[in-house]
Amino acid sequence: MARFILPFVIFMIVAVFLFVGLGLNPHEVPSPLVGKPAPAFSLPQLHEPDKQFSLQDMKGKVWLFNVWASWCTACEQEHPLFMEISRRNLVPLYGMDYKDKREDGMAWLQQHGNPYTLVVSDAEGRVGIDYGVYGVPETYLIDKQGVIRYKHIGVVTERDLSETILPLVKELQAK
Amino acid sequence: MKYLSILLLCLLPVFAHAGEATDMAADPVLEKRMIGLAEKLRCLVCQNESLASSHSGLAEDLRREVREQMQKGLSDQEIIDYLVSRYGDFVLFDPPVKKTTLVLWYGPFALLLIGIGVLVYQLRKRKNQIPEAELSAEETQRVAELLNETAESPNQPKDSQA
Repeated sequence: MARFILPFVIFMIVAVFLFVGLGLNPHEVPSPLVGKPAPAFSLPQLHEPDKQFSLQDMKGKVWLFNVWASWCTACEQEHPLFMEISRRNLVPLYGMDYKDKREDGMAWLQQHGNPYTLVVSDAEGRVGIDYGVYGVPETYLIDKQGVIRYKHIGVVTERDLSETILPLVKELQAK
Repeated sequence: MKYLSILLLCLLPVFAHAGEATDMAADPVLEKRMIGLAEKLRCLVCQNESLASSHSGLAEDLRREVREQMQKGLSDQEIIDYLVSRYGDFVLFDPPVKKTTLVLWYGPFALLLIGIGVLVYQLRKRKNQIPEAELSAEETQRVAELLNETAESPNQPKDSQA
Protein backbone atom coordinates (compact mmCIF):
# COMPACT_ATOMS: atom_id res chain seq x y z
CA MET A 1 0.00 0.00 0.00
CA ALA A 2 2.76 2.38 1.05
CA ARG A 3 4.47 2.16 -2.33
CA PHE A 4 1.45 3.78 -3.99
CA ILE A 5 1.41 6.82 -1.74
CA LEU A 6 4.34 8.69 -3.29
CA PRO A 7 3.19 8.29 -6.93
CA PHE A 8 -0.31 9.28 -5.85
CA VAL A 9 0.95 12.44 -4.11
CA ILE A 10 3.00 13.38 -7.19
CA PHE A 11 -0.01 12.73 -9.40
CA MET A 12 -2.18 14.97 -7.23
CA ILE A 13 0.38 17.80 -7.31
CA VAL A 14 0.64 17.62 -11.10
CA ALA A 15 -3.16 17.40 -11.40
CA VAL A 16 -3.61 20.53 -9.27
CA PHE A 17 -1.08 22.45 -11.37
CA LEU A 18 -2.72 21.37 -14.60
CA PHE A 19 -6.19 22.16 -13.28
CA VAL A 20 -5.16 25.67 -12.25
CA GLY A 21 -3.46 26.06 -15.63
CA LEU A 22 -6.71 25.21 -17.38
CA GLY A 23 -8.43 28.13 -15.70
CA LEU A 24 -5.79 30.69 -16.67
CA ASN A 25 -6.39 32.85 -19.69
CA PRO A 26 -3.18 33.16 -21.72
CA HIS A 27 -4.54 36.34 -23.25
CA GLU A 28 -4.49 38.10 -19.90
CA VAL A 29 -0.97 39.39 -19.86
CA PRO A 30 -0.20 41.28 -16.65
CA SER A 31 0.44 44.89 -17.53
CA PRO A 32 3.68 46.47 -16.34
CA LEU A 33 1.90 49.82 -16.50
CA VAL A 34 -0.17 49.30 -13.36
CA GLY A 35 1.26 51.58 -10.68
CA LYS A 36 3.07 53.72 -13.25
CA PRO A 37 2.09 57.15 -14.58
CA ALA A 38 -0.25 56.87 -17.54
CA PRO A 39 1.64 57.68 -20.78
CA ALA A 40 0.95 61.25 -21.85
CA PHE A 41 -1.06 61.76 -25.00
CA SER A 42 -2.90 64.40 -26.91
CA LEU A 43 -5.48 63.18 -29.39
CA PRO A 44 -8.23 64.72 -31.48
CA GLN A 45 -11.72 64.30 -30.10
CA LEU A 46 -13.93 61.92 -32.02
CA HIS A 47 -16.87 64.25 -32.39
CA GLU A 48 -14.89 67.45 -32.76
CA PRO A 49 -11.60 66.52 -34.42
CA ASP A 50 -10.37 70.13 -34.32
CA LYS A 51 -10.24 69.93 -30.55
CA GLN A 52 -7.55 68.01 -28.74
CA PHE A 53 -7.90 66.12 -25.52
CA SER A 54 -4.90 65.26 -23.41
CA LEU A 55 -4.07 63.39 -20.26
CA GLN A 56 -3.34 66.70 -18.54
CA ASP A 57 -7.03 67.61 -18.79
CA MET A 58 -7.86 64.83 -16.35
CA LYS A 59 -5.48 65.82 -13.55
CA GLY A 60 -7.16 65.58 -10.17
CA LYS A 61 -9.84 63.15 -11.27
CA VAL A 62 -10.31 59.44 -10.84
CA TRP A 63 -11.56 58.15 -14.15
CA LEU A 64 -12.02 55.14 -16.39
CA PHE A 65 -10.35 55.09 -19.79
CA ASN A 66 -11.93 52.52 -22.06
CA VAL A 67 -10.32 51.47 -25.33
CA TRP A 68 -12.91 50.31 -27.84
CA ALA A 69 -13.64 50.23 -31.56
CA SER A 70 -16.63 49.89 -33.84
CA TRP A 71 -15.10 46.70 -35.30
CA CYS A 72 -14.80 45.15 -31.86
CA THR A 73 -17.67 42.76 -31.24
CA ALA A 74 -16.76 42.13 -27.60
CA CYS A 75 -17.22 45.86 -26.98
CA GLU A 76 -20.94 45.42 -27.57
CA GLN A 77 -21.06 43.02 -24.63
CA GLU A 78 -19.74 45.51 -22.10
CA HIS A 79 -21.55 48.45 -23.63
CA PRO A 80 -24.82 48.13 -21.63
CA LEU A 81 -22.80 48.19 -18.42
CA PHE A 82 -21.04 51.36 -19.52
CA MET A 83 -24.42 52.92 -20.30
CA GLU A 84 -25.39 52.19 -16.72
CA ILE A 85 -22.16 53.71 -15.38
CA SER A 86 -22.99 56.82 -17.33
CA ARG A 87 -26.65 56.89 -16.29
CA ARG A 88 -25.89 56.41 -12.61
CA ASN A 89 -22.84 58.64 -12.76
CA LEU A 90 -20.68 56.06 -11.03
CA VAL A 91 -17.31 57.21 -12.36
CA PRO A 92 -16.23 59.51 -15.21
CA LEU A 93 -15.92 57.35 -18.29
CA TYR A 94 -13.76 58.39 -21.22
CA GLY A 95 -13.31 56.41 -24.39
CA MET A 96 -10.62 55.93 -26.97
CA ASP A 97 -11.72 54.80 -30.40
CA TYR A 98 -8.82 52.55 -31.35
CA LYS A 99 -7.69 51.92 -34.94
CA ASP A 100 -11.03 52.93 -36.30
CA LYS A 101 -12.45 55.26 -38.91
CA ARG A 102 -14.00 58.35 -37.38
CA GLU A 103 -17.31 57.88 -39.20
CA ASP A 104 -17.53 54.24 -38.12
CA GLY A 105 -16.86 55.12 -34.52
CA MET A 106 -19.46 57.87 -34.50
CA ALA A 107 -22.02 55.68 -36.26
CA TRP A 108 -21.48 52.94 -33.69
CA LEU A 109 -22.09 55.36 -30.82
CA GLN A 110 -25.16 56.73 -32.57
CA GLN A 111 -26.55 53.24 -32.94
CA HIS A 112 -25.72 51.84 -29.50
CA GLY A 113 -25.74 55.01 -27.42
CA ASN A 114 -22.81 57.02 -26.12
CA PRO A 115 -21.85 56.33 -22.49
CA TYR A 116 -18.64 58.38 -22.67
CA THR A 117 -18.13 61.87 -21.32
CA LEU A 118 -15.73 62.31 -24.21
CA VAL A 119 -14.15 60.10 -26.82
CA VAL A 120 -10.76 60.54 -28.44
CA SER A 121 -9.76 59.00 -31.71
CA ASP A 122 -6.56 56.98 -32.02
CA ALA A 123 -6.95 56.13 -35.68
CA GLU A 124 -3.42 54.80 -36.14
CA GLY A 125 -3.17 53.01 -32.85
CA ARG A 126 -0.06 54.89 -31.71
CA VAL A 127 -1.35 55.88 -28.29
CA GLY A 128 -2.64 52.32 -28.03
CA ILE A 129 0.93 51.05 -28.26
CA ASP A 130 1.97 53.51 -25.54
CA TYR A 131 -0.72 52.07 -23.32
CA GLY A 132 0.22 48.49 -24.13
CA VAL A 133 -3.09 47.79 -25.83
CA TYR A 134 -3.05 44.46 -27.63
CA GLY A 135 -6.71 43.70 -27.93
CA VAL A 136 -9.88 45.64 -27.40
CA PRO A 137 -11.72 46.18 -25.18
CA GLU A 138 -9.26 47.24 -22.51
CA THR A 139 -10.07 49.51 -19.62
CA TYR A 140 -7.74 51.55 -17.42
CA LEU A 141 -8.48 53.12 -14.06
CA ILE A 142 -6.41 56.26 -13.62
CA ASP A 143 -6.11 58.16 -10.33
CA LYS A 144 -5.88 61.85 -9.46
CA GLN A 145 -2.12 61.93 -9.98
CA GLY A 146 -2.47 60.36 -13.41
CA VAL A 147 -1.20 56.95 -12.28
CA ILE A 148 -2.72 53.80 -13.75
CA ARG A 149 -4.19 51.88 -10.83
CA TYR A 150 -5.88 49.01 -12.61
CA LYS A 151 -6.06 47.57 -16.08
CA HIS A 152 -8.84 45.34 -17.22
CA ILE A 153 -8.29 43.24 -20.32
CA GLY A 154 -11.38 42.10 -22.17
CA VAL A 155 -15.04 42.64 -21.44
CA VAL A 156 -15.83 44.34 -18.13
CA THR A 157 -18.56 42.35 -16.40
CA GLU A 158 -20.97 43.51 -13.73
CA ARG A 159 -18.97 41.55 -11.21
CA ASP A 160 -15.68 43.20 -12.24
CA LEU A 161 -17.35 46.54 -11.83
CA SER A 162 -18.98 45.99 -8.45
CA GLU A 163 -16.25 43.89 -6.85
CA THR A 164 -13.06 45.38 -8.22
CA ILE A 165 -13.44 48.65 -10.08
CA LEU A 166 -15.96 50.60 -8.01
CA PRO A 167 -14.38 49.80 -4.60
CA LEU A 168 -11.04 50.90 -6.02
CA VAL A 169 -12.60 54.08 -7.41
CA LYS A 170 -14.03 54.91 -3.95
CA GLU A 171 -10.71 54.29 -2.30
CA LEU A 172 -8.85 56.46 -4.81
CA GLN A 173 -11.39 59.27 -4.65
CA ALA A 174 -11.07 59.40 -0.88
CA LYS A 175 -7.32 60.00 -1.13
CA MET B 1 -6.17 19.16 -67.51
CA LYS B 2 -5.94 17.37 -64.18
CA TYR B 3 -2.16 17.72 -64.13
CA LEU B 4 -2.37 21.36 -65.00
CA SER B 5 -4.62 22.07 -62.06
CA ILE B 6 -2.31 20.16 -59.73
CA LEU B 7 0.59 22.16 -61.07
CA LEU B 8 -1.33 25.37 -60.42
CA LEU B 9 -2.12 24.22 -56.89
CA CYS B 10 1.59 23.71 -56.28
CA LEU B 11 2.17 27.32 -57.21
CA LEU B 12 -0.28 28.59 -54.59
CA PRO B 13 2.28 28.86 -51.75
CA VAL B 14 4.31 31.21 -53.93
CA PHE B 15 1.39 33.62 -54.06
CA ALA B 16 0.72 33.20 -50.36
CA HIS B 17 4.25 34.32 -49.65
CA ALA B 18 3.88 37.39 -51.82
CA GLY B 19 1.34 38.80 -49.36
CA GLU B 20 3.81 39.09 -46.52
CA ALA B 21 5.94 41.96 -47.68
CA THR B 22 3.21 44.58 -47.55
CA ASP B 23 4.87 47.00 -45.16
CA MET B 24 8.48 47.13 -46.29
CA ALA B 25 10.49 50.19 -45.49
CA ALA B 26 12.36 51.94 -48.24
CA ASP B 27 15.68 51.16 -46.54
CA PRO B 28 16.48 47.42 -46.88
CA VAL B 29 19.27 47.51 -44.28
CA LEU B 30 16.95 48.99 -41.67
CA GLU B 31 14.22 46.57 -42.66
CA LYS B 32 16.58 43.68 -42.11
CA ARG B 33 17.53 45.01 -38.69
CA MET B 34 13.86 45.50 -37.83
CA ILE B 35 12.96 41.95 -38.87
CA GLY B 36 15.92 40.63 -36.90
CA LEU B 37 14.66 42.35 -33.77
CA ALA B 38 11.03 41.49 -34.44
CA GLU B 39 11.90 37.80 -34.57
CA LYS B 40 12.86 37.97 -30.90
CA LEU B 41 9.56 39.58 -29.96
CA ARG B 42 6.22 37.93 -29.42
CA CYS B 43 3.06 39.05 -31.11
CA LEU B 44 0.55 39.52 -28.29
CA VAL B 45 -2.46 38.73 -30.41
CA CYS B 46 -1.35 35.38 -31.82
CA GLN B 47 0.96 34.47 -29.02
CA ASN B 48 3.07 31.77 -30.59
CA GLU B 49 4.03 33.90 -33.53
CA SER B 50 6.83 36.40 -33.60
CA LEU B 51 6.27 40.03 -34.44
CA ALA B 52 8.18 39.41 -37.66
CA SER B 53 5.86 36.72 -38.96
CA SER B 54 2.51 37.85 -37.67
CA HIS B 55 -0.16 39.32 -39.91
CA SER B 56 -2.22 40.86 -37.14
CA GLY B 57 -2.93 44.56 -37.20
CA LEU B 58 -1.15 45.10 -33.91
CA ALA B 59 1.99 43.35 -35.19
CA GLU B 60 2.00 45.64 -38.21
CA ASP B 61 1.69 48.67 -35.94
CA LEU B 62 4.46 47.42 -33.70
CA ARG B 63 6.73 46.77 -36.66
CA ARG B 64 6.05 50.34 -37.77
CA GLU B 65 6.83 51.56 -34.26
CA VAL B 66 10.11 49.59 -34.16
CA ARG B 67 11.05 50.85 -37.62
CA GLU B 68 10.37 54.47 -36.66
CA GLN B 69 12.34 54.19 -33.46
CA MET B 70 15.25 52.73 -35.42
CA GLN B 71 15.06 55.64 -37.82
CA LYS B 72 15.27 57.95 -34.81
CA GLY B 73 18.55 56.24 -33.97
CA LEU B 74 17.52 54.21 -30.93
CA SER B 75 19.50 51.08 -30.18
CA ASP B 76 17.92 47.62 -30.21
CA GLN B 77 18.13 47.47 -26.42
CA GLU B 78 16.35 50.81 -26.04
CA ILE B 79 13.55 49.63 -28.30
CA ILE B 80 13.23 46.35 -26.37
CA ASP B 81 13.13 48.31 -23.10
CA TYR B 82 10.37 50.50 -24.51
CA LEU B 83 8.24 47.54 -25.55
CA VAL B 84 8.84 45.71 -22.27
CA SER B 85 7.76 48.81 -20.33
CA ARG B 86 4.50 48.75 -22.30
CA TYR B 87 3.74 45.07 -22.71
CA GLY B 88 5.85 43.41 -20.04
CA ASP B 89 8.38 40.61 -20.31
CA PHE B 90 5.75 38.66 -22.18
CA VAL B 91 6.79 40.29 -25.46
CA LEU B 92 10.20 38.66 -25.18
CA PHE B 93 10.55 35.11 -26.42
CA ASP B 94 13.63 34.94 -24.21
CA PRO B 95 12.47 36.02 -20.75
CA PRO B 96 15.13 37.70 -18.54
CA VAL B 97 16.41 35.96 -15.43
CA LYS B 98 14.88 37.63 -12.38
CA LYS B 99 12.99 36.79 -9.22
CA THR B 100 9.73 35.89 -10.91
CA THR B 101 11.36 33.82 -13.63
CA LEU B 102 13.77 31.84 -11.43
CA VAL B 103 11.51 28.80 -11.42
CA LEU B 104 11.18 29.01 -15.17
CA TRP B 105 14.94 29.12 -15.70
CA TYR B 106 16.20 26.84 -12.97
CA GLY B 107 13.15 24.67 -12.27
CA PRO B 108 14.08 22.07 -14.90
CA PHE B 109 17.61 21.73 -13.47
CA ALA B 110 16.17 21.36 -9.97
CA LEU B 111 13.87 18.63 -11.23
CA LEU B 112 16.82 16.94 -12.94
CA LEU B 113 18.83 16.97 -9.69
CA ILE B 114 15.87 15.57 -7.77
CA GLY B 115 15.54 12.86 -10.42
CA ILE B 116 19.22 11.92 -10.19
CA GLY B 117 18.96 11.91 -6.39
CA VAL B 118 15.97 9.56 -6.44
CA LEU B 119 17.73 7.32 -8.98
CA VAL B 120 20.93 7.06 -6.88
CA TYR B 121 18.88 6.44 -3.74
CA GLN B 122 16.87 3.68 -5.40
CA LEU B 123 19.96 2.00 -6.89
CA ARG B 124 21.72 1.96 -3.53
CA LYS B 125 18.64 0.61 -1.83
CA ARG B 126 18.36 -2.15 -4.39
CA LYS B 127 22.01 -3.06 -4.00
CA ASN B 128 21.46 -3.60 -0.29
CA GLN B 129 18.44 -5.74 -1.00
CA ILE B 130 20.32 -8.22 -3.16
CA PRO B 131 22.10 -10.65 -0.80
CA GLU B 132 25.60 -11.81 -1.54
CA ALA B 133 25.14 -15.50 -2.10
CA GLU B 134 27.91 -17.90 -1.05
CA LEU B 135 28.73 -20.58 -3.60
CA SER B 136 28.67 -24.15 -2.52
CA ALA B 137 31.76 -26.31 -3.13
CA GLU B 138 30.00 -28.00 -6.01
CA GLU B 139 29.20 -24.68 -7.69
CA THR B 140 32.77 -23.45 -7.25
CA GLN B 141 34.08 -26.48 -8.99
CA ARG B 142 31.58 -26.05 -11.83
CA VAL B 143 32.64 -22.42 -12.28
CA ALA B 144 36.31 -23.42 -12.43
CA GLU B 145 35.51 -26.05 -15.03
CA LEU B 146 33.64 -23.59 -17.18
CA LEU B 147 36.43 -21.02 -16.96
CA ASN B 148 39.06 -23.55 -17.89
CA GLU B 149 36.98 -24.75 -20.78
CA THR B 150 36.85 -21.25 -22.30
CA ALA B 151 40.50 -20.54 -21.70
CA GLU B 152 41.58 -23.72 -23.45
CA SER B 153 39.09 -23.56 -26.25
CA PRO B 154 40.78 -23.12 -29.65
CA ASN B 155 37.60 -21.56 -31.05
CA GLN B 156 37.86 -18.53 -28.83
CA PRO B 157 37.33 -15.35 -30.87
CA LYS B 158 40.53 -13.71 -29.58
CA ASP B 159 42.67 -16.65 -30.64
CA SER B 160 41.10 -16.97 -34.04
CA GLN B 161 41.82 -13.32 -34.72
CA ALA B 162 45.44 -13.54 -33.70
